[in-house]
Amino acid sequence: MRARRFNSEILITYLIKILGYSAIIFVGLIFYFLISEGFPAIREVSFSEFLKVRWYPIEDYYGILPLLVGSIIVTVGALIIAVPIGLLTAIYIAEIASPTTKEVLKPLVELLGGFPSVVLGFLGLLILSQYLREILALPTGLSALTGALILAGIAIPAIVSISEDALDTVPQSYRDASLALGATEWETIWMVTLPAARSGVLTAIMLGIGRAIGETMVVLMVTGNAPMMPEGLATFINPTRTMTATIAAEMGEVANGSTHYHVLFFIGIILFLIALVVNVTASTFVFRRKKRSERILS
Amino acid sequence: MSTRKSPQRRKRTQQIGFFMLRMVAIIAVLPIIAIMAYIVYQGASALSWEFITGYPSDGMRSGGIWPAIVGTFFLTMLCAIVVTPLGIGAAIYLSEYAPDNRWTQSIRIAIINLAGIPSVVYGLFGLGLFVIFLNFGISILAGALTLAIMTLPVIITTTEEALRAVPQSFRVVSTSVGATQWQTIRRIVLPQALPGILTGVILGLERAAGETAPILFTAAVFFLPRLPSSILDPTMALPYHLYVISTQVPGMEPQIQYGTALVLLIFVLGLNLLATVIRSRARARRQW
Repeated sequence: MRARRFNSEILITYLIKILGYSAIIFVGLIFYFLISEGFPAIREVSFSEFLKVRWYPIEDYYGILPLLVGSIIVTVGALIIAVPIGLLTAIYIAEIASPTTKEVLKPLVELLGGFPSVVLGFLGLLILSQYLREILALPTGLSALTGALILAGIAIPAIVSISEDALDTVPQSYRDASLALGATEWETIWMVTLPAARSGVLTAIMLGIGRAIGETMVVLMVTGNAPMMPEGLATFINPTRTMTATIAAEMGEVANGSTHYHVLFFIGIILFLIALVVNVTASTFVFRRKKRSERILS
Repeated sequence: MSTRKSPQRRKRTQQIGFFMLRMVAIIAVLPIIAIMAYIVYQGASALSWEFITGYPSDGMRSGGIWPAIVGTFFLTMLCAIVVTPLGIGAAIYLSEYAPDNRWTQSIRIAIINLAGIPSVVYGLFGLGLFVIFLNFGISILAGALTLAIMTLPVIITTTEEALRAVPQSFRVVSTSVGATQWQTIRRIVLPQALPGILTGVILGLERAAGETAPILFTAAVFFLPRLPSSILDPTMALPYHLYVISTQVPGMEPQIQYGTALVLLIFVLGLNLLATVIRSRARARRQW
């Protein structure tokens, strides 16, 4: 009886350990399948071909540069809007708002974070693009700017939520000390609280970048989907095409195992690596902060 | 720095600054309320028994969205069945068993990466592994498994947090009266952490229900004249249906589009609300 109990105990412990490592197994599997389906692209299309500026797969033009640039333009545009708004909102919620306001505002912002992106894309298509077309006198209103505006809406909840947490963990004694030295609350926020929460805020911004660059449905629906190289400032109001939208739009129509199919997986590898860099950077900020606090405590 | 400025000026700066922060917060929050109100306002008139339980007709331009509702329900349920034991098991390992070493650190980094991989890349992976390599074809099974791996990091993280919130003394008392570690986890830790775990699972499913990109090439089809009869059948799904009728079908009635958006939003925000209710009720009842 007792022996059996210990046997099942050992069995369950092993099972749980395997499940514990599942995250590593899945990251490995994902990377393996991207590589095995994407690497043939390098043999079939020369590497220099990838760096050309023309994406037109029907005639075997596989220049992914305009797609890369498209992703960067839309992401940068979104961050220009989302970082200041997100950060200032987080400061308001964490430092100024009354407890009741805080109880209402934070869940509301997080609610937006849970919105299906296809709903936001739909509204962007039906409403925002119409407004932009009239205001800016554009031919369609489907542009990098339209995409950036909605992506900002997707990045803001992530930035607000994580920055607010970071500001919240700054010890009250820091603020008290600053106020006791005669600083105003306003000066305390900018010279004491925000610098102390720096690493958390950086994490928030990195995760915002990750959200924006990986978002698919919104950019597929509202950016006009024209792979074009940038032309000065007009780039923002021109249609554009991101890497994510290209995969989503074209994967359904290619033959399995064709060159086009392999190239789309190759773009997937690029996206995977960008996400890897962004997230590892974001997590090192967090780890570093932990180590510093451990140092102070020991 | 600011010592040279007069106190009145510094006070004034603060007043202006606080005012501007308040304005920015309003700018950030107002659109959320506006969006919800607008979709409810526009979509409510489309909601009817026929719209919910009918099949699309006239090339999606009229009729209902029943197959899409059923499809999203099946995808979400199957995803839950697969990911819940997986996620809870992984979280138990991290919270109760894992030593603080380099391997555990790698697991954490892997979880962070899983959470950050773009959803369309999950779609590619699902296509490569489940649809083609394992030959499930474009099916509910392939889509649900893809969604399960995508939601795994959310569920692991929230479940681990819930397990860690159970006071250490509970475990110590249990093992001191002779329970094994697994008995302690199963009878003491898991029941105490259950509301937190449920909240995490539901929040993960909320994400699965609303995502489009992972099911684009693994599960979803444009139109199905009947309901799927097994998990190896392809299916319609609410988010994909909204995408289709707002970009691929010319001459759509906006009312049907808003109606579909509203049903999807009710589905997703309903899950969100459920999670919030479970969390706050558990908080009120907690005795530690």
